[in-house]
Amino acid sequence: MSIPYLNIRALKKSFGVKPVLRGIDLTLYAGERMALLGANGAGKTTLLRILAGLTHVEGGSITIDGLDLASQTREVRCKVGFVAHQPYLYDDLTAQENLLFFARMYAVKQPQERATFLLRYVGLSKKGRERASSLSRGQLQRLAIARALLHRPQLLLLDEPETGLDQEGLELLNALLKEHQEQGGTLLFTTHDLPDAAERSDQIVMLRNGRVVYQQATADLAPGGITQAYQEVVR
Amino acid sequence: MNLLAQIWFILWKDIRCELRSKQMWIGMGLFALLVLVIFNFAFDLRVDNKAAVAPGALWVAFVFASFLGLGRTIAAEREKGSMDRLLLSPVNRKAIYLAKLLGNVLFIGVVEIVALPVFAILFNVPFSAGALIPIVLLGTVGIASVGTLFSAMAAATQAREFLLPILVFPLIVPILIAVVRATSAVMLVTTNEPPWLGLIAAFDAIFLTASTLLFEYVIEE
Repeated sequence: MSIPYLNIRALKKSFGVKPVLRGIDLTLYAGERMALLGANGAGKTTLLRILAGLTHVEGGSITIDGLDLASQTREVRCKVGFVAHQPYLYDDLTAQENLLFFARMYAVKQPQERATFLLRYVGLSKKGRERASSLSRGQLQRLAIARALLHRPQLLLLDEPETGLDQEGLELLNALLKEHQEQGGTLLFTTHDLPDAAERSDQIVMLRNGRVVYQQATADLAPGGITQAYQEVVR
Repeated sequence: MNLLAQIWFILWKDIRCELRSKQMWIGMGLFALLVLVIFNFAFDLRVDNKAAVAPGALWVAFVFASFLGLGRTIAAEREKGSMDRLLLSPVNRKAIYLAKLLGNVLFIGVVEIVALPVFAILFNVPFSAGALIPIVLLGTVGIASVGTLFSAMAAATQAREFLLPILVFPLIVPILIAVVRATSAVMLVTTNEPPWLGLIAAFDAIFLTASTLLFEYVIEE
């Protein structure tokens, strides 16, 4: 058995007195894609923020590519790309400057070339000189996706990445995820779109009240099985 | 990438954003000028008491204007979520602090450069610019070093506008006393004054070191 790329054990997190994650155990192998489903407030975003190194945990352990997240946070950050459901870019910088700035923060080699390539890759090459504040919601989301790919992360964490994307943007996202997998990348994403979750993932995990209440390989699901499972387990 | 390069790129980003939005500089500059004008009208400035009142008025204008900028240092990035994105990267947290500190010193410095000639005209007190500049520079570094650290702390709360001055003022009292007395000494040309400039430099060194080391724990959730 190979070593898991992402290994989460007995993960606990509370905000004040309110427990948000109550002992999560998850394993993801290199090249696998996992969809994280659940109602609002189930703990999906908190889990992704913890994995991205943005939020500290109260209990449990996380290893990514064999690195302990708690003690080797900086090394882990180089391996993780994160797209939130909000783009969170610098409004007063242009699209190109936004990418260039973050490329430098990740110490990307040839940052200018990488930023230009990714702008073209997400279909924003003509918007490179425009300020982020003048871009549409969908264009900002594309730019946020480009930013997450700047340092060629092995693990992609996507929190409702389809937010704001038009049909063309969704096709781009699917192509990107496929390419990421073909290159051996690992993917963990949240969504409220159940058919998309089944299409894009190898494993489905459902959370309720901070606990894993369902886990199933997508290949073992019957047609329409994900919707039925969601209604039975989450609602 | 080394620490200096990281500091430079974050500072470059902050300067570029500020040059385009012009939110802080204009607000801080106007506020400083208004305070100086109000003090000029509010006090009965005769020849014999001008030099005693002027240093206090000058530093009240600088400190209150500084707080307008310091309050936005981290809060604006927190509100927009871009600070989270910066924290996602493996950038050294000391680089974030030092870049924000340098940005604040620069922004406050520009306001001071604009306000000082206005102060000289309104208060008409003789002083040597060469003697005053090191006091203003060191005083600004001291206020900004404490203010930048606590702005990160206050940015995580809803009452940040109130919290920042409440947290910072008690800590900068020693430096405020020192800069006002040092400025008075320059204007009144008094002798037998303690080495105020040395005290300010010592304060700067202590708070700069402590803030640089503590920032990582303050900025992370």
